[in-house]
Formats: sequence, structure tokens, C-alpha cells
Amino acid sequence: MRISPDQLVFWEYGFISLNLTIVTTWVLMFLLALGAWLVTRNLKSEIKTSRWQNVLEMLVIMIRDQIKEVGLKKPDKYIGFIGTLFLFIAVSNLLTIVPWYEAPTGSLSTTAALAISVFIAVPVFGIADGGLKGYLRSYLQPNFIMLPFNIISEISRTLALAVRLFGNIMSGGLIATVLISIVPFFFPMIMSALGLLTGMIQAYIFAILATVYIAAATQDEEEIEGSG
Amino acid sequence: MEINWFTVIAQIVNFLILVWLLKRFLYKPVLEAIDAREKKIALQLKEAATKKAEAKKDQDLFRQKNEYFDKERVAIMNAVHEQVDAEKQRLFEEVRQESTVLRSKFEESLKQQEQDITNRFKIKTKDAVFQIAKKTLSDLADVSLEQQVVTVFIHKIRNLDGAAKTKFIEALKNSDGLITISSVFDLTDNSKQQLEKALEKITEKQNDFQYELEPELVSGIKIETATYQLSWTIDSYLEALKKESIITKDKENAIN
Repeated sequence: MRISPDQLVFWEYGFISLNLTIVTTWVLMFLLALGAWLVTRNLKSEIKTSRWQNVLEMLVIMIRDQIKEVGLKKPDKYIGFIGTLFLFIAVSNLLTIVPWYEAPTGSLSTTAALAISVFIAVPVFGIADGGLKGYLRSYLQPNFIMLPFNIISEISRTLALAVRLFGNIMSGGLIATVLISIVPFFFPMIMSALGLLTGMIQAYIFAILATVYIAAATQDEEEIEGSG
Repeated sequence: MEINWFTVIAQIVNFLILVWLLKRFLYKPVLEAIDAREKKIALQLKEAATKKAEAKKDQDLFRQKNEYFDKERVAIMNAVHEQVDAEKQRLFEEVRQESTVLRSKFEESLKQQEQDITNRFKIKTKDAVFQIAKKTLSDLADVSLEQQVVTVFIHKIRNLDGAAKTKFIEALKNSDGLITISSVFDLTDNSKQQLEKALEKITEKQNDFQYELEPELVSGIKIETATYQLSWTIDSYLEALKKESIITKDKENAIN
């Protein structure tokens, strides 16, 4: 029984291997980009807009408001990264209703890749916002004794991010597979529906956590903490 | 449960590409569209506010104007009413005056008619009296009325009393010689001679005489100079007859 889509390899040449995870990710990327392009190629700034534009606007505004709520005062700067995290994970999880589809988020490699992206993005955004000094000072908060703990927390939360998403999605898929072998009808359907819900929640949690980490690293968050 | 590091790297690259793609095709255009719309709406709201303010201003202006017009209209109406009243009053007055004039004219003409009737009566009466007297005199005493009138006239001249006589003589003397004698009938030569003689005797002066026939003359005979006139009349007769004629006329009116 296959646990991860990484294990289905289409083509391999030394270190390079083209597995199901990568191919599915490409398909998802293509679908997302195509859909976005189709809708946004003739956007209107009139009062009346097309339905698809309304859907996309709603989505984008929702993501932006979420980022703002967490405490980032300039959400437009971060929406590219955080929004894409959310959309990619959400769409890849939602498509589990498609038969024979295996979510790329069910592969530890993918979730690790996303977690590493966050791990790198946090200091990048932090430095971009408050300078290198300002960012490094955040490791000494509230005092220098906390430095090792801060570093450990930074690494462990990245690990937690990766494993949490992977575990949830993989377990969803696994439970469905197991249940199908035991109770072939009806019950796996409920579990699938539940899987959709957990998929959405995971996407939301992943994106929100990334936002919180970035907010913690940027000046904005410090100001809010200072004042609060 | 193992991590394929190539896949990890590939997925990181994929993810970064996806970030770029979505930024390019999703977030940027959508956010721009939203911003543009917000701006547009804000602009429209501002415009609407401006237009509203303008409309309010216009409305106020129109209201003011309307009030002013109303006032003016009322004032004009009042003035017109006054003018009409005055004009009516004036026309009434005019009509009243006209009616007064007409009434007075009517009354005058009535009077005139009355007068005419009276005059006609006088003349007819006179004629009748003359005819009767003439007939009576010629039948009973073989004396013509004309002759008798002349004789009475001469007698009257001779018997004029003091002041009147003096005045008469003065008038005849100052008449530049021409004395007009009017009568209803043709005077005979004898009568003329008698008259001329009598007048010469009074005035003690030769006079020129001119005779005229005047059928309308109420009196029988009349002497006239430029400044004086003396006539023998049958006034006593005529007064009585006039009274009678007025009574007759009243009766006629009563019938009408």
C-alpha cells in the first residue's frame, strides 16, 4: 500500500525523479494559473461585475482581511505568499473528491517544502520590514537568555507545520483507503466529506500560522505587542 | 514516510513559481480592480454630493424666485383689481352722466315739444281770433279788422304814458330814418298813411318806412327800429288760451 504519492515514480535519472507529487502539483499550478488568468483577463472596475470576478474578489478580500486581522498592517505585501499557500493547499485538498486523485499535500516532501518556504520567508520578510538588526533583535526578546529557545522554537514550529499538514492529509487519504477495504459503501463517503473539511481547516491553519510567524518577525507585530 | 529531497526542492521551486503566477494573474489585477472601483465609487459619491449641493442651491434659488414671483403676482393682481375698480367706477360715472345728459335732453325736447304745441295753439288761436273778429267786425259794423287794428295801434301810440312815450319818441328819432312796420296782414294804403301820419306827428320828423309781412307775428302789428320795438298784442286772449292748452296737454299726457 502506497502512503505517499512520492512513491509512484514516472521517470528517474539519478537524483532527479519525476513522481506523482510533482506531476499533480504541476497540474494544480496550471489549473490555478489558468483559472486566474481566464477570470482576470477582462476585469472590470465598474459597479457591476461578472460572477467569477465577484468570487475571486471575495476570495482575495477575505484573505487580505484575515492577514490584516492577524496584525499585518500592509496585507498587500504578504498576500502573494500567504494567499498562495492557502489557495494551493486548499485546492489540492479539495480535489480529493476526484477519483484516483492523490493530494500532493499528502506527501511529506511537499509539506516539508512548504514549511521550509515559511521558515525562509519569515526572516526574509522580517529583514525586509525592520532591517537585519531589528530582525535579529527579535531573537533576544524578552532578553538574551531566550536566544536558544527562540532558535529552537523557530525550527520546531517549521517541523510542526510540515508534519501537521502531512499527517492530516495523509491520514485522511489513508483512512478512506482502509475503510473502503472494510466497509465498501457509504461510510468511506462520509469520511471523504470529513476529509474535505479537515483539508480546508488545514489549509486555513497553515496559512494563518505562517501569517502569525511573519507578523511576529516584522515590526508591525512588535508595535502592537509594545502597545498592547 | 520518507522525505525525497529532490521532490522537496522541486516543490519549493514549484511553489515559488505558483506564487509568482498567482501574483501576476490573480492578486495584482483583482486588487487593482478593487482599488479602481473604490476610487471610482468615492469619486462618484463626491460628484453626487457636489451635485446634491448644487441642486440644493438651485432649489433654494428657485424657491426664493417663486416666492418673489408670488409676491409680485399678488401685488400686480391687486393693482389690476384697483385699476379695474377705478375704471368701472369711471365708466359708471360716464354712463350716469350720459344718462343724465340724455334725460335732460329728453326733458328739454319734451319741453320743446310742449312749447311747440303751445306755439302752434297760439298761432291757430290767433288766426281763429282774427278770423272771428274780422268776420264779426265786417258783418256788424262794416269795419275791417285790419283797419281796426291799425286804428287801435295808432290810438295806443297816442295814448302812451310819459316815460314810455319819451322812450318811444327817442327811439324813433334815433332810428336813422328807417322804421320797419311788420304785420300779419297786408296793410291798405289808407292804413299806411294813417300810421305814417300819426308817427310823424309824434316824432315831428319825416321818416322812411318799410313794410313787412310776418305771418308768425303773435301781435297784430309791430313797429321796429334798430334799438326799439313796439307791438300791439292780443295778450289777454292768448294768456287765457295758453292756460286752456296746458290743461289739454296734461290730459293728453294722462291718456298716454
